[in-house]
Amino acid sequence: MKQNVWNPIETAPVAELQALQTARLIHTVHHVYENVPCYRARMDAAGVGPGDIRTLEDLSRLPFTYKQDLRDTYPYGMFAVPMEEVVELHASSGTTGKQIVVGYTRGDLEVWGDTTARALVAAGGTPGSKIHVSYGYGLFTGGLGLDHGAKTLGAVAIPVSAGNTQRQIQILRDFGSDILCCTPSYATYIGETLAEMGVDPSELKLSAGIFGAEPWTEDARHKIEGLLGIKAYDIYGLTEIIGPGVAYECSCQQGMHICEDHFIPEIIDPDTGETLPLGQAGELVFTCITKEAFPLIRYRTRDIATLSREACPCGRTLIKMSKPRGRTDDMLIIRGVNVFPSQIESVLFQTGQTSPHYLLVVDRVGNVDTLEILVEMSPDFEFDAVRLVEQKQREIAASVQSTLGISAKISLVSPKTIQRSEGKATRVIDKRRLYE
Amino acid sequence: MTINQLSVFVENKPGRLAEITAILQQNGIDIRALSIADTTHFGILRLIVDAPVQAEQALKDAGFTVSLTKVIAIGVDDQPGGLAKNLALLSGHGVSVEYMYAFISREKKTAYVILRVDDNDKALDLLKSHGIPILTEQEIIQGV
Repeated sequence: MKQNVWNPIETAPVAELQALQTARLIHTVHHVYENVPCYRARMDAAGVGPGDIRTLEDLSRLPFTYKQDLRDTYPYGMFAVPMEEVVELHASSGTTGKQIVVGYTRGDLEVWGDTTARALVAAGGTPGSKIHVSYGYGLFTGGLGLDHGAKTLGAVAIPVSAGNTQRQIQILRDFGSDILCCTPSYATYIGETLAEMGVDPSELKLSAGIFGAEPWTEDARHKIEGLLGIKAYDIYGLTEIIGPGVAYECSCQQGMHICEDHFIPEIIDPDTGETLPLGQAGELVFTCITKEAFPLIRYRTRDIATLSREACPCGRTLIKMSKPRGRTDDMLIIRGVNVFPSQIESVLFQTGQTSPHYLLVVDRVGNVDTLEILVEMSPDFEFDAVRLVEQKQREIAASVQSTLGISAKISLVSPKTIQRSEGKATRVIDKRRLYE
Repeated sequence: MTINQLSVFVENKPGRLAEITAILQQNGIDIRALSIADTTHFGILRLIVDAPVQAEQALKDAGFTVSLTKVIAIGVDDQPGGLAKNLALLSGHGVSVEYMYAFISREKKTAYVILRVDDNDKALDLLKSHGIPILTEQEIIQGV
């Protein structure tokens, strides 16, 4: 069941792929050692020089990179080229002030466009396609990532960005978009709005959609396919590695093909750091081997997944990853924003009159993620006026909004009502069932 | 002469009010007046009891969130306008009322209104200088 592939490398023999990877890995290790102080320091400390990296097995001798390293070197400390060569910047969502900043040279943008073009073609896209991009355009990598892919493919990019759903539908209908790119929850919302407006999916020219930037289940996929009359494809990526395009689904939908000619994947035991064999679940780690401005070595994604080299009926030989099955940390994605529960603690400390005991309750109502934060009032908190309680709740909500960039409903509760635990406190109740 | 009012933060769970009154009963505490402010997620139960300090401890021991608030209990003429003239006096001098609730004395056939204001001292001065009867803690304990 061979299909069109964008880049012949997608069907290259594995031996050829690995030879290419080896050469690119060696080049990149030299590149970061010479240009990124934190990598040189770390490799020196580990007693590993660029000359020690000769085969793909030697990858495990290199140190890991953590998200904290990117925060510590904010904004440009891990850039491997002079700023004159950088032509585009992006940043992650989440905390204001200490975002992850990534940069791209012209060459990096070509790599990016190549990866997302692969995803578009795997979903049936052609140079004659109209790619409706409803991922947000801006510092977020979603919008521009698919935009670069559309242009690389030679298709028409429709840079709608997110929001104004009635207008999205009008454009889908009038402009004749055939591939929709947005988050799965937004796709569901568009589908439901379509039904409310009495528009039949057959009135649209949509044939496929590429959905990612948040976890979604098979149930969610079937729902979207029913509402929009399309085949729904998964895409995986993260800002730190390149954005969307790290991996993409083909029509077989037996896992996502990783662009391993650009990003070498590994699965490791999150506690020991030991590399695990194919088929075992563990933390996904990526090494960029073609990026110039911001190549990361053994970046720990904190996503849990498995890898497989099982032959794919589509003919692609690129290694496959499963959908992420969870995270090793407590990070949540709420309405597209990365939220760490521990960030709430600093907010509470600043606003005062609350204890450090809180509980995040995350749910999905309609297609919108909701966040409620239960906070215990301190024993001396003056609660004897509804006005005072509401005022404190509003104060905390405003602080959460400005620190986390997300709006939450705050409920003050009596002291000692949030369950204590001996070990790690349960801080989050996520009712959304994202990984089932 | 302010009096102690017991305030209890009550989350919207079934049986909470029953639990609270049961504890008071177990401790032999008599309720003179009460009020409850309710919102979607919680309520504030306010009680005038004959042993506020004891009641506060008993409820705290049972795990409730309680506090004692100093409020003013004034006597009000049992005729139209009785309350209105007292409130006008307070607002006319810039004293704000946070909340209020009333109870009746069977014996004296008088209405009493419990007021929480933003400035107890100012309110007491005003009320006393206008000859408005103010209940003392002692009178509450003994029963009016």
